[in-house]
Amino acid sequence: MSALGRVVRSGLGRRRVQTIVIGLVVMIAVTSAVLGGSLLVASRAPFDRAFGQQRGAHLIGQFDAGKVTAAQVTKSADAAGVSSAAGPFPITQIALVRDRFRMPPMTVVGRPDPGGAVDRVTLTAGRWATGPGELVVAVDGRFRGPPIKIGTVWTLPDLPGSPTVRVVGTARSVSRSADAWTTPAQIATWTAPHGPRGYQMLYRLTAAGTAAQVEAGRTAIAATVPDGALTGAVSWLVTRQDAVGQSVLLVPFLIAFGVLGVVMAVLIIGNVIAGAVATATRRIGILKALGFTPAQVVRAYAGQALVPAGIGAVLGVVAGNLLTFPVLAQTNRLYGTSDNGVAPSVDALVVGGALAVVAVTAWVAAARAGRLRTVDALAVGRTPRLGRGQWASRLAGRLPVPRPVTLGLAHPFARPLRSASIVAAVAFGAAAVTFAVGLGASLNQVQEVEDIADVQVGVPPGPPAAGAQPASLGPPALTDPDAIVRALTAQPGTAGYMGVAWTEVTVAGITGALDTVALTGPDAAQYYRMVSGTWLTGPGEIVVATPFLTASGKRVGDTVVLTNHGTDVTVRIVGEVFNTEDRGMQILTDLATLQAADPGLAPVTFYVTVRSGTDPSAYAETLSTALQPLGAEAHTVDQDTDELVIIVDSLTGLLSLLLVIVAGLGVLNLVVLETRERVHDLGVHKALGMTPRQTAAMVISSVVVTGVLGGAAGAAVGVAVQRMVVSAMGSSTGFALPDSVLDVYRPAQLLLFGVGGLMIAVVGALLPAGWAGRTRTVTALRTE
Amino acid sequence: MSMPLIELRAVTRRYDEGPPALREVSLSVARGEAVAVLGPSGSGKSTLLNLVAGLDRPSAGTVTVDGVRVDELSEAASARYRRARIGLVFQFFNLLDDLTVADNVMLPAQLAGIARGAAQRRAAELLTALGMGRHVSAYPGRLSGGERQRVAVARALMNRPALLLADEPTGALDTAAGEDVQRLLTDLHADGQTIVLVTHDLALAEACATRTVQLLDGRVAADTVTEPVR
Repeated sequence: MSALGRVVRSGLGRRRVQTIVIGLVVMIAVTSAVLGGSLLVASRAPFDRAFGQQRGAHLIGQFDAGKVTAAQVTKSADAAGVSSAAGPFPITQIALVRDRFRMPPMTVVGRPDPGGAVDRVTLTAGRWATGPGELVVAVDGRFRGPPIKIGTVWTLPDLPGSPTVRVVGTARSVSRSADAWTTPAQIATWTAPHGPRGYQMLYRLTAAGTAAQVEAGRTAIAATVPDGALTGAVSWLVTRQDAVGQSVLLVPFLIAFGVLGVVMAVLIIGNVIAGAVATATRRIGILKALGFTPAQVVRAYAGQALVPAGIGAVLGVVAGNLLTFPVLAQTNRLYGTSDNGVAPSVDALVVGGALAVVAVTAWVAAARAGRLRTVDALAVGRTPRLGRGQWASRLAGRLPVPRPVTLGLAHPFARPLRSASIVAAVAFGAAAVTFAVGLGASLNQVQEVEDIADVQVGVPPGPPAAGAQPASLGPPALTDPDAIVRALTAQPGTAGYMGVAWTEVTVAGITGALDTVALTGPDAAQYYRMVSGTWLTGPGEIVVATPFLTASGKRVGDTVVLTNHGTDVTVRIVGEVFNTEDRGMQILTDLATLQAADPGLAPVTFYVTVRSGTDPSAYAETLSTALQPLGAEAHTVDQDTDELVIIVDSLTGLLSLLLVIVAGLGVLNLVVLETRERVHDLGVHKALGMTPRQTAAMVISSVVVTGVLGGAAGAAVGVAVQRMVVSAMGSSTGFALPDSVLDVYRPAQLLLFGVGGLMIAVVGALLPAGWAGRTRTVTALRTE
Repeated sequence: MSMPLIELRAVTRRYDEGPPALREVSLSVARGEAVAVLGPSGSGKSTLLNLVAGLDRPSAGTVTVDGVRVDELSEAASARYRRARIGLVFQFFNLLDDLTVADNVMLPAQLAGIARGAAQRRAAELLTALGMGRHVSAYPGRLSGGERQRVAVARALMNRPALLLADEPTGALDTAAGEDVQRLLTDLHADGQTIVLVTHDLALAEACATRTVQLLDGRVAADTVTEPVR
């Protein structure tokens, strides 16, 4: 082994703790970078990736079966610009009773299997429909509500004999080609004797990057069939616009964690290596005196960092890949993608980047050793230079606490730069925790806004009333809303309620009909979070979400004209509300606003919040009994956590934990460095009668000031990052967020995060404190 | 006959594979004695001092000081033992550079839990008695070698120890400062302080000690009662 190799090896052996810290820090940094990088790649354009993987349809054509035959539709695949096609699949609409409510119609497509040349549907649970009465439901279709369980049986009351269907699977089509799928034979049975109302044909186009290209494809396809046979054509660009809102949510927080992780790794690795050089200055002097050149010294110390960093990077890649698998499985479920592992480019980039960062940091730190004059290096002592931090010693000495504690409290001021590093390490850890908790709380707030109530009251299912049009009107209206209100008021445990009627209106300047919710009841305001303006105070007012304001070009205070059943109703926008329903386009208004235009408009559902301590199930059961004579019943509202929230929560927890561990290791390294440098002083203290416990207390006290400062700074940074990231997440989906989503921290929590910083520092100092306590006095005294 | 302050019985201290630093040394020191331990480098002088101070433990034999079996003490107990019974003076002073002279001197008392006010009074009294009264607020780095050793002696006496142990107290001092420290130790002994000092300095031994113990290769080669030269 060369002399240089021996120096590197002996350096690694002598500084085992620092060697291990470098290895662990690089390992954790690489682990989190592989995880974050993989998810960034996976979330960069999840729709496009899923679209590519599923060979999504650029155009979904719907043909009128009365005007075109299946054979003619098949021939449309030969149209100019079509690269591949799938279909034709028979299509129909069904209305069903679900959760004892009649639901709006579902578009069901008859497909023999989920594969094919276009729109390869991904099964997320169960299996594909193969027999009569079997249905596969789209998990991200227009069919909203609690998750659908495999085996659920629904009734189709509009079909002869009210047949039932059983859900045998759930699936995701990135093209959103259907609300549900069944076998073609089942469609034929349901539509007998006239046959299906239409056919669906799925196309991929040779060029579909712009709306014009997609329109050219549509025109070419339409030309292959009789006039009017192509009744609808949905462009993939429209579907992507709808889908992209959710996918971009992951990006801001992954970037935030990525930046925190990289800066922290650089800081700690830099400190470890700079510390190694600082503590070895005398040794460097000896090496130079023996004939080592400056370049050899630099290489020797850079090597002492790169060896453990290389091992750490390899272990980190393995750990990162192992951790990424389950997280990708979650995002696969969310987006319907099928990523099986980390992209090799991510692994290569992360390892190369980490080693480059270590090499540059080590070179910069070791270069100082190379520049040191031999005589100066040999003369360097290990005690703090005279004059630094003495004022702190005097001040601390006057504090009414045991002397070992005051001695420790003054230590950080003797080495301000190193103490600043501890503050930074602790601050990063505290910031990560503060941010993670805040992000989780913000997402929970969003979830709470979406989980509108505990109990829901409506009409129980049954055959539709004569003349009713369940397919277009949704749940039937309650026959006596006033009596329902009396029952709710009389029921013990009722904290608040609102009655809801649904209709659709058009608004000048906005294409298509918009969901409109007409509200009654004194407590409606408590179910929504305002962003700006005020809540409804009476008829003639509406509150809307940010996307509505953006789409209509209106502001709070402006008036708009709603057209309902052909009648124009002029209303004023009095408030901006956080409401994600109908992608933020839903209009909220007082029931009286629209009753002039639609006298039959009446509440179909009451949402009820129960008092704290009241069991919603028991409440709903009791209320149902009271409502039975009114033809209504109550049931609890399922409050399932959104899958995206689960993913963000789990990722946040994992990345925060990694950052906290890195912070603790950073503190550990710095305190080890500090303790080793002060080992002779420790010996003096012990010789003067300092017990091991007092020694440990002194070392732990030495991180109290830096821990508190780091905790406070970290909490402040964490709050700022949380606000920035949550706002960015809101902006990326087009929503302004209410204060309740942004201002999630309570003063006591912030205090706790500050204390958390102190805890990181104390935990990081425990190991060196124990070592200091155990060190034998005579050994410490002999140390120069 | 009163119990000796220090009693070593067949004490051996062995480090790793080499020859023992001390071989079955037995030694008694009475209260009020001033004993100089002499011998060449590697003869076991500092090892003997460390064993008496409870800084190190013998491989065999017993060390009893002021009725305490020092060789049986835990780290914490030996720290408390030093606080209560031992004053240590080192060759290179071992003052803490970031503490003032007064704070250095007060430290043993404060580690023992004595209130700051009481410790301050005692430190001021000692520093004045040792001629360092005007340096209480100074930092050790600004003092001469002799002055630093005076501060170290003041610190050693802070808790009124039964035994003062000095390891080459003049080894790092020039002649004038060495003589100054020599006078200080002589005066302390005259006031009744029991002292064990390890030194190469025969003049110091002759001036301060009532008895000299010669160590050679870890054994007591000679144990002589002398009269200090005044």
